[in-house]
Amino acid sequence: MKRHFRELSVAATLALLLLLLAFTAPTFFAKQQLLTTLTTAAPLLIAACGIALVVIARQIDISIGSQFAVCSIVAGLLAKAGLPMPVVALGAVTCGAFLGAFNGALIAGLGLPSIVVTLATMVTWREALRWWREGEFVKDLPEGFQWFGFGQAGGQVTILVGAALVFALVVFTMRHLAVGRFVYAVGSDRESARLAGLRPQWRTFSVFVALGGLVGFAALLNAIRFADVDPKTGTGLEMQAIGAAVVGGVAISGGRGNLWGVLWGVLLLSCIGPALVFLKIPPQWEKAIQGAIILLAVAAEGWKNRKQS
Amino acid sequence: MTPLLKLTEVAKSFGAVQALDGVSFELRAGEVHAVVGENGAGKSTLIRIITGAHQPDRGTIEIAGQRVLHLTPATAHRLGIACIYQQPALFPDLTVAENIALRFEPTLAVRKINWPERRKRAARLLDEIGTALSPDAEMRSLSMPEQQLVEIACAVGASARIVIMDEPTASLTQQEVEHLFAVVRDLRRNGVGLIYISHRLEEVFALADRVTVLRDGKSVGTRQVRGSRGNEAQSNPSGIDRGPAASTETLSESELIRLMVGREVSQIYPPAEGDPGHVVLSLNGVGCAASGIKNVTLEVRAGEIVGLAGLVGAGRTELARVLFGLTPANAGEIFLNRQRVVISSPHEAVAHGIAYVPEDRRRHGVILEMPLAHNVTLAIHRRLFPGMWLRFGAERRLALDYIHNLAVKTRDPDAPVSSLSGGNQQKVALARWLATKPKLLILDEPTQGVDIGAKGEIHKIIRRLAKEGLAVLMISSDLPEVLGMSDRIAVMRDGTIAAILSGRSDGHEVMAVALGQK
Repeated sequence: MKRHFRELSVAATLALLLLLLAFTAPTFFAKQQLLTTLTTAAPLLIAACGIALVVIARQIDISIGSQFAVCSIVAGLLAKAGLPMPVVALGAVTCGAFLGAFNGALIAGLGLPSIVVTLATMVTWREALRWWREGEFVKDLPEGFQWFGFGQAGGQVTILVGAALVFALVVFTMRHLAVGRFVYAVGSDRESARLAGLRPQWRTFSVFVALGGLVGFAALLNAIRFADVDPKTGTGLEMQAIGAAVVGGVAISGGRGNLWGVLWGVLLLSCIGPALVFLKIPPQWEKAIQGAIILLAVAAEGWKNRKQS
Repeated sequence: MTPLLKLTEVAKSFGAVQALDGVSFELRAGEVHAVVGENGAGKSTLIRIITGAHQPDRGTIEIAGQRVLHLTPATAHRLGIACIYQQPALFPDLTVAENIALRFEPTLAVRKINWPERRKRAARLLDEIGTALSPDAEMRSLSMPEQQLVEIACAVGASARIVIMDEPTASLTQQEVEHLFAVVRDLRRNGVGLIYISHRLEEVFALADRVTVLRDGKSVGTRQVRGSRGNEAQSNPSGIDRGPAASTETLSESELIRLMVGREVSQIYPPAEGDPGHVVLSLNGVGCAASGIKNVTLEVRAGEIVGLAGLVGAGRTELARVLFGLTPANAGEIFLNRQRVVISSPHEAVAHGIAYVPEDRRRHGVILEMPLAHNVTLAIHRRLFPGMWLRFGAERRLALDYIHNLAVKTRDPDAPVSSLSGGNQQKVALARWLATKPKLLILDEPTQGVDIGAKGEIHKIIRRLAKEGLAVLMISSDLPEVLGMSDRIAVMRDGTIAAILSGRSDGHEVMAVALGQK
């Protein structure tokens, strides 16, 4: 109980919000509305899982919004070139992994600070995309692109199933595979991990590649919700993903965090927007409330740490 | 004459460790008062109490005859106490003049700075202590001794009456040492009282008027070094050598060493049994330019505990880091079980069967946030979990085995290591490495900061491991521990092994080699 206090308290907050909605706006739980809310949250969940890995390894990546945009365009162009959807998916994930590897090589290989490297790549990928596409949408995509050609309801379910499978994979890796354990060790105490014979540089590189791959997958799940691919997509994604991870109890100082907490964090932040509509509160409040929740989570963490020391 | 500083029965403990236990100390104006003692005798704690960094648990502090109740760093500064550390505590990005100004200009945030005045004063102070440093030089461009001179200029500028020097010559060349001594004698002539901490006994005899010996947090005694010659030396600025009156000294070097060590091995150490086996580790002229290790030749056999003694800075931890691939050797040969090996990373060292339990346990020995079980298996994933799948059952059983075997005081392998006491954390660090089934175990200060009960247990474990055929290289600053545990003692000095003594040597012999008196 005590060890999972953080995850449980976020889940409880989410439950409280849902309970409030159940009484005041039962239509929130209508099948179509619920599916839309969840499919909007799915790409964020996948990106936030990737961010959680990087933050647990005591790094940060603020370039994921730009990676997301590049991967979306790549997915769109591959589909337009007539490739089958599994290849398109693989292409998006590979593209993300390459972008992540670029960050990882600079950060782990040259030992540069991750905040600076990813700030630079954030701007670079975004501007390169602007120069390449000149703001042009990828249009006239084949039938099979939007909703994987399953129609809206089928597509939404596919997105949720895909997100759930990848989430389960990440949860399993972090808990049941040695590599997950190594990420925690490196993030808790890099020098200590090195002295235990682990190779922190290699781990650091790997988390960035994994994050890139996950962002590529998230970009795909997001892109297929629409008929065209917008090159400006993914703006602000890094802030949402980092916010959700922090709310879910991932310590920004590394070494601590649980992916179930990230799931609750993503759901909590994603429900705020739709909830406001149903509670008839002006939508401008969405960001303010999300910010307040993040602040509250960090403050609670700080208060707890101070009490311990 | 009222002493500048008088400590009476000062005591200070950190957790279970009694760092100072009723120490009385007196500093007069115009004297150099040396403080000597083994590593961990309480010298640093004494300094920190005088500079106000630590509050004593009991005892009184009088400065110029006035009792001071709560000495803080700010009051200490105001009362004219200055400390020059081995590693000067200066701001590397500011200039010399700015660093000096920061020490004693009024700290009003909106006050206008008089730059020419600031520069002029810095120049005057630097001139006063006889150095040609430019006030405009950036601090980071200066060498260590130059930075120390700036610290001294700060002390002079703040009109410090009490100046503490902590191992000031540790990184200086002979010429720089002589310049420093001249500055020290100048200060003494001006009536400043100096507390001089040093491991180098020849400096103590060259400079000090009196010497206080600390041992195990107690003052063993204060002796006159040169009697009335202290005044004589003031009129003889080149008096670095001990001069013709050396024979009339009230204290000889060997007596001083005896005072520093002079303790019976009171604790019972587990006895050695049987003869050591084959040579596990053999070093032939090993050196590492980056960490100052040179020409180390040493053998460690299976079943043998070799103690690595020496003073702080003699290169013991550095040698361990070379063997573990943290700062790889760039000279000489390393053999493990007669096979020549090159160890260029900890990863390789582990693969070769070397285990290293580092000195700073809280930082590097264990991962505090992680559960005990995870810490125990961290170095053996490949063996315990083929295919990299974690098997929690096997992990838990292994952790429970070690909890039982090493008598770790907890029942819960899932408890974070931070919830354990120091001695138990050390056992977890040990368990991690024993789990790798190493050939060679390097222990760096295995019982530092561990309470006396756990210490005895750890000693028994180490001896048992040796009996089971492990080769153990044990770094320790705790002289009785080295003497009690080691089958052979390698004494390091200046980055190399100065002598290899038998395990039956006495502390006097070890200290004499460590201090360079032999």
